[in-house]
Amino acid sequence: MAKDNKKGIFEYSAAPESTGHISIKEQYDLFINNQWVKPQQGKYFDSINPSNENKLASVARANDKDVDKAVKAARKAFPTWAKLPAKERGKYLYRIARIIQEKSREFAVIESMDGGKPIRESRDVDIPLAAAHFFYLGGWADKLEYAFPGQNVEPLGVAGQIIPWNFPLLMAAWKLAPALACGNTVVLKPAETTSLTALKLAEVIQEAELPEGVVNIVTGEGDTGAALVNHPDVNKIAFTGSTDVGKLIQRSIAGTGKKATLELGGKAANIIFEDAAINQAVEGIINGIYFNQGHVCCAGSRLFVQESVVDEVILKLKQRMGNLVLGDPLDKNTDIGAINSKGQLQTIKKYLEIGKKDGLEMFQPKLTIPKKGFWCAPTLFTGAAQSHQIVQEEIFGPVLAVQTFRTIEEVIQKANNTPYGLSAGVWTDKGSKIFNLTSKMRAGVVWANTYNKFDPTSPFGGYKESGYGREGGVHGLEAYLKLS
Amino acid sequence: MGRLKVLKTYKLYIGGAFPRTESGRYYQPKAEDEKPMANMCLASRKDFRNSVVAARKAVAGWSGRTAYNRSQILYRIAEMLENNRAHFEEELILQGSSKEEATAEVDASIDRWVYYAGWCDKYTQIFGSVNPVASSHFNFSTLEAMGVVAGICPEDHALLGPTSILAPIIASGNTAIVVASKSRPLSSISLAEVLNNSDVPGGVINILTGDAQELLPHIGAHMDVNAVWYLGNDAAAWKQLQVDAAGNLKRISDINSDKGLMDAGWETPYVLKAFTEVKTTWHPIEVIGASGSGY
Repeated sequence: MAKDNKKGIFEYSAAPESTGHISIKEQYDLFINNQWVKPQQGKYFDSINPSNENKLASVARANDKDVDKAVKAARKAFPTWAKLPAKERGKYLYRIARIIQEKSREFAVIESMDGGKPIRESRDVDIPLAAAHFFYLGGWADKLEYAFPGQNVEPLGVAGQIIPWNFPLLMAAWKLAPALACGNTVVLKPAETTSLTALKLAEVIQEAELPEGVVNIVTGEGDTGAALVNHPDVNKIAFTGSTDVGKLIQRSIAGTGKKATLELGGKAANIIFEDAAINQAVEGIINGIYFNQGHVCCAGSRLFVQESVVDEVILKLKQRMGNLVLGDPLDKNTDIGAINSKGQLQTIKKYLEIGKKDGLEMFQPKLTIPKKGFWCAPTLFTGAAQSHQIVQEEIFGPVLAVQTFRTIEEVIQKANNTPYGLSAGVWTDKGSKIFNLTSKMRAGVVWANTYNKFDPTSPFGGYKESGYGREGGVHGLEAYLKLS
Repeated sequence: MGRLKVLKTYKLYIGGAFPRTESGRYYQPKAEDEKPMANMCLASRKDFRNSVVAARKAVAGWSGRTAYNRSQILYRIAEMLENNRAHFEEELILQGSSKEEATAEVDASIDRWVYYAGWCDKYTQIFGSVNPVASSHFNFSTLEAMGVVAGICPEDHALLGPTSILAPIIASGNTAIVVASKSRPLSSISLAEVLNNSDVPGGVINILTGDAQELLPHIGAHMDVNAVWYLGNDAAAWKQLQVDAAGNLKRISDINSDKGLMDAGWETPYVLKAFTEVKTTWHPIEVIGASGSGY
């Protein structure tokens, strides 16, 4: 497929990653007490490859009784796990990290097949970072008393964790690693369209010989997640997903004493000043919005360009977009993979229509879109204003809205004028301007002259309606500990 | 017949001014002898909304001050309180404290302002970090004020209550709105008079008297409040606040609600930390040549 995208002097031969060495079972049950358990109602759903709509496996649909079984397993495992010498607990995490590294190629291929993301990303970002998170947190397990001066630390108990479909294995790692390092036991619910790498992770957990019940994985849809959120014996909810569901969760657990961390939506401003290194900035814009087809909560989906350089930036952006390779996620040359699901594609298309109807100018490079599967060409809207719906609402797709500005004050005001506050980007060659902007952005992560960088040592999480709590770094530990 | 005493009119404190409640309502908290202590304003939803506007307007200026400057202003509050301690003790006795209790509470309140004055320019050093990312980037995390924070005073400790809420909230650069103790509201408004005389910019601190139970749903649901600190012990109200707060995902905390205001363990920087956000900043580090750093 990739070879259809002939652009200028560049023409790539197809270079698909082999799927020969991977193993996916035909059917996956629930992972409870380190065993595969059939769902109580015997219901399963299909997990498909969004790039060709072929079925990959059928996956168990857990109901509230299954969730209860998983929570009971986690509760039973908790006292022993929490009392395990911390050094030993840490060593389990190191084991998991190593096994993920050993199986990284298999994980990367399955991640790209199940979720649609380019193999270049799953291979170079998702899987190595997932292993790195377990490695980093493994080292914290026996050092927690140094993280919070003057405080006693204790684990919370059973953590219910609900993760999204955009970075399936990585989000599982972000959630599991700190929870386990801090001595909690876990019931994890993967997203329904991307359960497979979490279920492969269950095999890693078996292989690492974690005590039974410490990690339990229940697959299913929204009702499975709701059963987990509302289970009375869960002490902590960690959720990554939409702001609407995050609010629903907060209301559901009100008055229960459950602790929560919510990592929700975003509508990040990416700000380009006239004194920026424009070519680098253009690469940063492209990476900021088209990374993982824009299925990124911190995506730089609102571009602010200083008026004096807008023509140059837009021209270069369009040229660069024309060189993006869209197609087979398993092809190593692919830049833009498949949209994760039919439903998400419909959402994105709805916003493209809204943008056009609002009179914005839409640009898409001429690409061959594969016939089967779910695809959306990288899209640019120019002439956008603060009031436009595509500027205000999270699209979660490869859609960039461009606005212009003249002064620093103006762009600070516009950039912060959103209910979200997850991330922001600033591009300028002037150091003092960087610090002025980064300190004024009401956002939890600010990238200056770079974008979409992640690391286990670096806390991630939002201000305002992008949620609360941090994941990663020393700050991420607090979400899984009781301080006193 | 001796001289007739001039009585004080207690009003609200909003945006650096002392307005009466727009609602025109009042209530009479009773002293131990069942006599009314004063006619207090029964603040309305509209008074709260006005306070939010004043507090929001003050955020940029206050959080933009240097930490050293905020520290000096908090210390100045302690100086002004010390200067007026006789009045505060007298007022605490009127509100039901013994002489000894009143002295101890004024001491503790002055010292609490000094304690948090000291944290203004230190908490980011304790809770911030430089993060050793596995790529060529400089990466650091620091704490920033959340913005507008509302707090409900506990019913006891008329002076130490508002002091304990306000000092850690504003130390990091937040602006604050507090609802005074309903039964012992006098000290909160006298504190406002001290604040107004202590270089605290108008709007940074706003104090309402009235019925916290009436105001709490409006506080929880207000879309321009960033956080609420609840120190009460009404489980139903605390639950409702969590529901209401979901509207804009405002941060809510009951930190230290399990501790007495006079407890030695009350004072910690974790109270201050509860009303800050962690911000992480990335910037590339240039690497010249493939073999490593150029210089």
